[in-house]
Amino acid sequence: MKELICITCPRGCHLKVDEENGYEVTGNSCPRGKEYGYNEVTNPKRVVTSTVRTNSREYPRCPVKTNGAIPKEKMFDAMKLLDDIVLAVPIYCGEKVIENLFDTGIDFVATKDVQ
Amino acid sequence: MMYDLIVVGGGPAGLAAALAAKEKGLDSILIIERDSQLGGILNQCIHNGFGLHYFKEELTGPEYAGRFIKMLEGTGIKAMCDTMVLAVTQDKKIHCINPTDGYQVLEAKSIVLAMGCRERTRGAISIPGTRPAGVLTAGAAQRFVNIEGHMVGKRVVILGSGDIGLIMARRMTLEGAKVLACVELMPYSGGLQRNIVQCLNDFDIPLYLSHTITEIRGKNRVEGVTIAKVGPDRKPIEGTEIDFDCDTVLLSVGLIPENELTRNAGIDIDIRTNGVVVWENMETSVPGIFASGNVVHVHDLVDYVTGESQKAGRAAAEYVKQGMRSREHAISVNEGKDVGFIVPLKIHREAMDAEIFFRVRRIFETSAIVVKDGDKVLAHLKRAHMAPGEMERVKLSRSLLDAIEGDEITVYAEEVEE
Repeated sequence: MKELICITCPRGCHLKVDEENGYEVTGNSCPRGKEYGYNEVTNPKRVVTSTVRTNSREYPRCPVKTNGAIPKEKMFDAMKLLDDIVLAVPIYCGEKVIENLFDTGIDFVATKDVQ
Repeated sequence: MMYDLIVVGGGPAGLAAALAAKEKGLDSILIIERDSQLGGILNQCIHNGFGLHYFKEELTGPEYAGRFIKMLEGTGIKAMCDTMVLAVTQDKKIHCINPTDGYQVLEAKSIVLAMGCRERTRGAISIPGTRPAGVLTAGAAQRFVNIEGHMVGKRVVILGSGDIGLIMARRMTLEGAKVLACVELMPYSGGLQRNIVQCLNDFDIPLYLSHTITEIRGKNRVEGVTIAKVGPDRKPIEGTEIDFDCDTVLLSVGLIPENELTRNAGIDIDIRTNGVVVWENMETSVPGIFASGNVVHVHDLVDYVTGESQKAGRAAAEYVKQGMRSREHAISVNEGKDVGFIVPLKIHREAMDAEIFFRVRRIFETSAIVVKDGDKVLAHLKRAHMAPGEMERVKLSRSLLDAIEGDEITVYAEEVEE
């Protein structure tokens, strides 16, 4: 039995995951907690947020996020991929910055309009 | 020109207030923002976790702000950025200055104060030691890193375990810094559990509870800090010192409502919280001047700031169109046992409903919030858990307000049997 705190939302439910019984999750208040509990024990994932360079003088950085959770151990590799990127303005919120990270189908996308 | 409404501050509070006032039929609305862009502090909060209540999805700070900025399009609401408000007066004149228009005095029929809050600094908590570069608030570091693109240090100790400090622990680590420790004076963290998990535990950053920084060393740049365990009196215990070699100290030691303008205008401020004193519709002591968001009280979630600010915007519209609510026979809201502070402190008799926000002073397990009118219990609401870090909310309906016979009610927190 593994005890976890759900990080899906600010509520922070105390979850219990039973590895011996088909990873049954208890203590969750919503379906997302169940999914988090299962993933956290079998294949922990995180959303990564960071910034990338832009060619704008006024706004030299543009915030980005992964549009889904990626494997936790890939976080630093994902960060490294952002180092060489310079986005040209205008940048639109939702625009893909890096596609299909590590073949997960998850992309880095811009989270802000930068003109 | 006479504006229907001027909103001071273009962060989440100001944006929501302006939009709500527009929806209620105000025409000429101006938002004044001192930064070069709207969105306020959300612009530097690039992490996710915003909007779960309001938009029912998880957004980053810039995305949350971006949605409201988009909603301004086509409404005719004017935004004046790069503009500093110097003074607000009780006759609703706003003195402001910017590089294009210079100094000007603007007039409005109503005003919403939405200036947000400020971080407590090293000076506010008096940390002993030398005064080298490299000691900064977590929010200042967040701005440097996320907006301006400058790393602020390589080896970091964070004092305070509020959410901004925790978020910056992760952010600095992802950007290549080594975060040596997060040091918290209290025996519990002031941040959300999820942030302890995903910002500290994920990166094996140790959290030292009941510890504080007792010395900062360094001549030009921080060279190291000493931390020590504190006793129940929160005083350092000799012999428990640990030294860290670091070049940066980030402070996440609390937020204070930014009320310089409010104070100078002679508007009532709660001396304990530094927040603006408001009525249930977010009206200040001056009729027609409203306040909302972190300038009133520091919120846990931006979603609640949005809700509160919409209330302020709607109330401003009502004031302009129908005049002020009568302040006669007002209901005072008092803090009972174990209740830290309360918003609002007064309720108009004619209010349709009233939401009361407060924080408890200590951790409660199975408990209840009790609202009393003299000896009569108006409301008795069970809670499984309450903590000072989490804002509590009680909604009083019109029928409950009608049932109030006296001119004051009291809000308590108490343990109950399961």
